[in-house]
Amino acid sequence: MIPFFAPRANLPISADSTGRYLPWLVAMMVFLAVLALAGALAVGGVLDEWRRDVAGTVTVQIVPATGVDPASARAETDRRVAQALAVLRDRPFVASAEPLEEPRLVALLEPWLGASDLVRDLPLPRLIDVRIAADARPDLKALGETLREAVPGVSLDDHQVWLAGIIDLAEGLSLLGVLVVGLVAAATAATVVHATRLGLEVHREQIEVLHLIGAHDRYIAQQFAARMVGWTLEGGLIGLLVAMPTLMLVSWLAADMEQGLLPPFSLSFWDWMALALVPAGAALLALVTARMTVRRALRRMV
Amino acid sequence: MRFENVGLRYGNGPEVLQDVTFALGPGSFHFLTGASGTGKTSLLSLLYLARRPSRGLIGIFGRDITAMKRDDLPPIRRRLGVVFQDFRLLDHLSALDNVALPLRVAGVSESDIQKHVPELLTWVGLADHINAKPPTLSGGQKQRVAIARAVINRPDVLVADEPTGNVDDRIAFRLLHLFAELNRLGTTVVIATHNETLVRRFRFPRLNLAGGGRLEVLPPLADVEEGAAEGGSPAAPGAMAGVGPVPPASLAARSDG
Repeated sequence: MIPFFAPRANLPISADSTGRYLPWLVAMMVFLAVLALAGALAVGGVLDEWRRDVAGTVTVQIVPATGVDPASARAETDRRVAQALAVLRDRPFVASAEPLEEPRLVALLEPWLGASDLVRDLPLPRLIDVRIAADARPDLKALGETLREAVPGVSLDDHQVWLAGIIDLAEGLSLLGVLVVGLVAAATAATVVHATRLGLEVHREQIEVLHLIGAHDRYIAQQFAARMVGWTLEGGLIGLLVAMPTLMLVSWLAADMEQGLLPPFSLSFWDWMALALVPAGAALLALVTARMTVRRALRRMV
Repeated sequence: MRFENVGLRYGNGPEVLQDVTFALGPGSFHFLTGASGTGKTSLLSLLYLARRPSRGLIGIFGRDITAMKRDDLPPIRRRLGVVFQDFRLLDHLSALDNVALPLRVAGVSESDIQKHVPELLTWVGLADHINAKPPTLSGGQKQRVAIARAVINRPDVLVADEPTGNVDDRIAFRLLHLFAELNRLGTTVVIATHNETLVRRFRFPRLNLAGGGRLEVLPPLADVEEGAAEGGSPAAPGAMAGVGPVPPASLAARSDG
């Protein structure tokens, strides 16, 4: 018995070996559940951020053609832009593809180069603003290759292409995290349910005596559930208490390498709340199971 | 309390009790006798509502319990006191908490419990063992705790299964005196026993289970040797070391009200 709560000595349902192993079992399950859930939540948060980066727009850049004759070079550049637009507009996931008009480009450069007609003669790269359809999952890498083959001097924004690849991986990890959370939750539930059933066997005699001296089912179920919930809560809190510093350590380590490739490992206030509720969830499960198990056993008695 | 054509079988087996018919008047005292295996414990389990009969009628306190919903049974059980053959004390509870159990279940206040339970335990001679746990008590002491638990809520009917099964005759007589005293205070008593000396000594009518699960109601068994000395009446209570002749006020109040 872990001395978390001082148990009343005169409860009709006795403390026994269940009280020695159940809290530790639940502590381990809750520890794992909290870690898995934190992982899934953190990856989920990062994914949302990344998706916002990728979703929406992609920028295609076209290097201007060079030549002795500025006029023919300009015509060649226009032709390339038109070609790229044709390829882009052909894709189902492209909602719209609009070239940035020259006057706007010039306006963008004005702070640096001044408002001069000379700017218009510079071989400025052309930009195409591509809007991706809302729910589409474009294969940007393939798009980039297709564009390069069709049009010389064209390139897709690298960062976004790289991120799109990473998102695939992270989504896989997130899915795995959710799967692990589900499995651990199921195992925790099975543990609590099984321990409660076992507890019923251990306490059958006590339950029967209570029944025969005129206790109502509700009273007996309450007494039994109080024990089970107490042990589960004990174990759950221990699991949570061990999991929290573990998570903070991971969080701190991740923050240390934030400048690198990884986005910050961070959990929102609501994420932390969800984690804190894991032991309560286990206790609730124990409560429901204990009541149902005892009630079912009692119904077999007259 | 009355039984009419009661039959009991377990599963699809043969009937362990057949056409059992009898009535126990309020304030009566009966021995339940019969060789082992004739169904004494089965009959008692019907009496203390641990089972329902396979057929027939069981009436208690003027109500037909065979027709009652199980949710309505607990209040009836609280008017019954049961001394189980193997006591069925809760080993993790002190003598006091064991005896207090029926009161706690019935929602009696803790101050009343602290007042009445030690009083009763003192009366049955366990003043020095109020906080002892059952495993540390002797067979006879456990028995008295079990009896105290059965009578603490002043039951209208007391059912005891072989309450003298594993104690010597001296203690058995003392316990029987206790039951007789409770009976004098108005409690209907049924005691299963195979101790013929007791049945002869305390001349109460008998319910005898014969073979085949049939029950016959017999008059008191006359004790040819000691009958004359006792003057033909049930043995007088009192004169028991450890068990005071006068029950505590909490129990005595019952007979008045």
